[in-house]
Amino acid sequence: MITSEQKKDLFALWKKNLVSFWGIYSQNKMGLIGLVILIIFTLMALFGPLLVEITTMAVDDVTQVLHPPTGNFWLGTDDLGKDIFAGVIIGSRVSLLVGVAATAISMIIGTVIGIVSGFYGKTIDALLMRITDVFLVIPWLPLMLVMAALLGPSLANIIFVIGITSWAGTARIIRSQTLSIKERPYVERARAIGSGDTHIMFYHILPNVFPLIFANTVLVAAIAILSETTLSFLGMGDPTRVTWGMMLHFAFSMGAVSFGAWWWLLPPGICVVLVVLSFTFIGYALDEVLNPKLRRRD
Amino acid sequence: MNMRNYLVTKFIQALITVFIVIGMNFFLFRIMPGDPIRVLIRNPKISADSLARVREQFGLNEGRLVQFWIYLRDLFTGDFGSSFNYRQPVLDIIMERVPATVLLVGTATVLSIIIGVLLGVILAWKRGTRLDVIGLSVSLILYSMPTFWVAIIMVMIFAVYWQIFPLGGMGLPGVFYTSYWAELASKGRYLFLPTITFALILVGEYVLIMRSSLLEVMREDYMLTARAKGVSNRNLLRRHALPNAMLPVVTLIAINLGFIVGGAIQIETVFSWPGLGRLMYTALTNRDYPVLQGLFLFVTIAVVGANFCADILYRYLDPRVKS
Repeated sequence: MITSEQKKDLFALWKKNLVSFWGIYSQNKMGLIGLVILIIFTLMALFGPLLVEITTMAVDDVTQVLHPPTGNFWLGTDDLGKDIFAGVIIGSRVSLLVGVAATAISMIIGTVIGIVSGFYGKTIDALLMRITDVFLVIPWLPLMLVMAALLGPSLANIIFVIGITSWAGTARIIRSQTLSIKERPYVERARAIGSGDTHIMFYHILPNVFPLIFANTVLVAAIAILSETTLSFLGMGDPTRVTWGMMLHFAFSMGAVSFGAWWWLLPPGICVVLVVLSFTFIGYALDEVLNPKLRRRD
Repeated sequence: MNMRNYLVTKFIQALITVFIVIGMNFFLFRIMPGDPIRVLIRNPKISADSLARVREQFGLNEGRLVQFWIYLRDLFTGDFGSSFNYRQPVLDIIMERVPATVLLVGTATVLSIIIGVLLGVILAWKRGTRLDVIGLSVSLILYSMPTFWVAIIMVMIFAVYWQIFPLGGMGLPGVFYTSYWAELASKGRYLFLPTITFALILVGEYVLIMRSSLLEVMREDYMLTARAKGVSNRNLLRRHALPNAMLPVVTLIAINLGFIVGGAIQIETVFSWPGLGRLMYTALTNRDYPVLQGLFLFVTIAVVGANFCADILYRYLDPRVKS
């Protein structure tokens, strides 16, 4: 049992770690920019939809559809006269939700397979790694498209498809770290006092691969957001939900390109790029914090 | 491990992967809801008798394993089934579209590797300068963009506003060219924009990997030795640094193949390029499952095969890889 005294010590240690982590992280300009962008978009996803509402211009007036930006409609309107600015704000919620949920699935699968594979070794390892290799080598977009097409267009299916296809890289990284951790003396000690496999994996290995999981999550999140956009664009998204990818899908299929409706095509795409870029920047910064060798790199 | 054992191991691994994909391909397409015969016939008034006959004809009365065996047997005889949409054998439809994709993907890949390696070397050589920072940021931004979106923007700029290049496609149907060169020039105009877009998408990663790999190599002791011997900067780069720094690029080409396939789907869709990627898109929108299944298998085998070749090439290029 952990006493309250120990709990206090643990808390102090966490606090110290967090402070030193932030000390290094905040030195990194890229990391800070990424963090700021991500916070802005998170706030937008949380509170934006409460503030705006997709209003529609009078559709009977033909001049009001596909209208360039005006004072009332900051980003113009689409082919049905709907406000694109409101669409972008509202779209942030589902776009980010899909990204977060898919990343969570992917990380859980990747971590479990990585730890189990590295911890048990032998046949289990060989088998799991073969499966991982298959997922690494199969071209990801065709696989996702095929699965999404078979499961049908819905939000849950998109999340599932992205999560189930993007865990392989994580599993590999976690496995190699597990291989080194399981040889350490404290694991041997835990075994000597009678800890079971599950206990060791959960209490001794997981906390030690956590920094890696953390850094990898950010990169998987970037891929998940890009995947959602691409799947939706190619028509595999849920047509009843507003996401940035769906907006681009409708814009493209309604001929916004040849019409030259840049106000319909640019904003959703720019949002995707900014969010993905923020994850990439944070990933770079985390890499530098968690990987001291890189810290002085130029 | 000697070369022969290595080859055999890698080959068996590639075979296992292909077999797993074939299995996935078979069972994935069996989980979809609905009766495949209903999808195939699309006639609600068909009699129960004819339905049973068609079912018999397609072997759908057999058990799953027997069906799988039939599927395997057909695959090895080159029978990928027939398209719902085109009423043609799937393999013929695929083969018809291979050249267009190879042309686009090949040109773009070669272009992006050449430019990426050059830029990567320049950035590594000038590291820490403003040029380096700009190059790095641009590479990261390009890397973060959805491929199809970049393609859309390229079309908007160069085909809609400036109208320098055609909107898409691969030439007008039924046009008669006066000479071979006229045909080439016309095709080139159609090829140019998709290729540049594709190269733009791919180049960022090559720049990043080349830069970091060269920086790493330049820190090696043998570089210091070479410098101390008085090797000129030019020779230092060409003889000592580049051959070693190029190795990760070879690996990246192989790893990237899956990414390239994804890019081809998106770029061919936006540019209406009549290749495999666009075929996949139309198969998706028409729910043409046999084509989708055949394409998925075809593309995966191509990627696995290319990965196998890259593994061998890598071992040949880098004698240090022994285990």
